[in-house]
Amino acid sequence: MAHIEIDPVTPSIIEEINSLTSSSDRPALPNGQAGAAILSAGIGSALLGFFVVLAEASTTAKQLMTLDAGVGPLSGKTTFAVAGWLIAWAVLHSRWRKQTIDFARITMIALILLGLGLLGTFPPFYMLFAQH
Amino acid sequence: MSLTHREFWMMVHLGLGVMFLHTFFEGILWLHTGERLRRLRIGTGVMALVAWLTVVSGTWLVYPWYRAKPPAGADLADYPRAYLLANPSISQWHIFGMEWKEHVGWLSPILATAVAWTVLRYGGQLARDRRLRQVLLVLFVAAFTTAGIAGALGAFINKVAPNTFLDG
Repeated sequence: MAHIEIDPVTPSIIEEINSLTSSSDRPALPNGQAGAAILSAGIGSALLGFFVVLAEASTTAKQLMTLDAGVGPLSGKTTFAVAGWLIAWAVLHSRWRKQTIDFARITMIALILLGLGLLGTFPPFYMLFAQH
Repeated sequence: MSLTHREFWMMVHLGLGVMFLHTFFEGILWLHTGERLRRLRIGTGVMALVAWLTVVSGTWLVYPWYRAKPPAGADLADYPRAYLLANPSISQWHIFGMEWKEHVGWLSPILATAVAWTVLRYGGQLARDRRLRQVLLVLFVAAFTTAGIAGALGAFINKVAPNTFLDG
């Protein structure tokens, strides 16, 4: 009787093939959903930078952002940025989920927004707006 | 050997951060090649989750102990923020270091989540879409870089500021 030896690697290769095959059996998703996720990540980053600068520039904003006395204004800056990011994602996803978008343009905007987020969270920049 | 309540949560925060940074390189390899889809899905999902747990534990559990205001006459060694600010030679570790760390670290989970969600949603299509993989790679590197900056600053501040507040 023939005896077939199965290589221990084989099951993972089969899993891999199954996974790729089942995905390719489905019609390709339009790129709108990916664009929504990527652009909203840029928006969330820029919002964080914006709230950091706002809290430095305005004493009232700093107080409003102090949702927790122990954590201080960081509690509000991060909570509001995350909330804004999730709202932006939900809105963009619902609008673009079945659409094909200009991916290169959306990516460029997202990277610019990410850059603004990095700038807004960099202390030498946001301290330019500090209330003394 | 026993850990105080504060030491325990500090260890959790540090451990999560280290886990995130260590799994990054595998994620980069998976995204670059578009191979091992199943591991890529699990890996990016876990990384996003770990990034969230790291910033939430750092901000809501450890940070309040760091920034606590000392009562009059208190030993500043128990209050790292006040200790750093009271010493002009090391005050930049708070003014620049901690200020940057506490903000920039929050970009990491947002970016990591966008990557993880897209990988989960697009699955096998990623293997054929090189441009999408490249964009995800950029976001992934940005997530790692921001987490790396936060982690490195945290490690330096831990060395410069006294850690006796963890004994409480």
